[in-house]
Amino acid sequence: MAAIYSLYIINKSGGLIFYKDYGSAGRMDTNDSLRVASLWHSMHAISQQLSPVAGCSGIELLEADTFDLHCFQSLTGTKFFVVCEPGTQQMEALLKVIYELYTDYVLKNPFYEIEMPIRCELFDFNLSQTVQKDCVALLGR
Amino acid sequence: MQFFGGSEISPSPPAPTASGNNAHMMYVFNRNGVCLLYREWNRPLHTLNAQQDHKLMFGLLFSLKSLTAKMDPTNAERGNLGVPQLPGQGCSFHSFRTNTYKLSFMESPSGIKIILVTHPRTGDLRESLKYIYNLYVDYVAKNPLYTPGTPIRCELFNTNLDQYVRSIA
Repeated sequence: MAAIYSLYIINKSGGLIFYKDYGSAGRMDTNDSLRVASLWHSMHAISQQLSPVAGCSGIELLEADTFDLHCFQSLTGTKFFVVCEPGTQQMEALLKVIYELYTDYVLKNPFYEIEMPIRCELFDFNLSQTVQKDCVALLGR
Repeated sequence: MQFFGGSEISPSPPAPTASGNNAHMMYVFNRNGVCLLYREWNRPLHTLNAQQDHKLMFGLLFSLKSLTAKMDPTNAERGNLGVPQLPGQGCSFHSFRTNTYKLSFMESPSGIKIILVTHPRTGDLRESLKYIYNLYVDYVAKNPLYTPGTPIRCELFNTNLDQYVRSIA
């Protein structure tokens, strides 16, 4: 049982810098994941323009028929979004933890070039542990 | 209501989720993207003129629908991104939430899109949108003076809609 289907990280200009799939049917190919990421970036921006009240910071949760999409935007404009089963709880907390991992293992990595695709072994390792732990916690409920 | 079909067609209105008027605005589009109806109850911020606003809203819904159809993690046969979807085809969405508003969306089999924008902490409005669609069928589609595809100018529809929206959200 996969509570989380996939995770995307996009940089402030809408480029996909990280994509990981955790068992959705028919994995997306590289081109499609890039397209989907930049499409989400623009939808996020348009949703701010259409707000009836001032101070909108974009879509936080999209509820589709077969999945939920939770999005977290950091202060620097990097967006983290996770695709999960409908009704999955505590995804905001998970996104914050992932952001923390990103700052610790990616941004503090001296070999990482900012805004470029993430290739950090330690980040991958800790991320898979976090997601697994989260899945276990969800199963235990 | 008793002139057009009566209560056996329209379900009874879903129970209001809370008191007070939290609805901001509502849009109705047909399948060609023509804005049939725009109602506004509480909208302090206007960033664009009305026509641009409607176009942007329809574009957002269209693109979000192709995004969800492409992302659907339960279906391996998803086709290409951006291919036009028929109503009811592919994975659609029913709402999204930002920090300042919640948008609920419904598409009928004939391609009528109903969009209700409310306070971000409103509950699930799917049943309410179905009820609004019923109002549309009763007061607009069954109105002999209404030409399909033209902006809706039915006083009865507007009054019933206002009354109902005030009771939800």
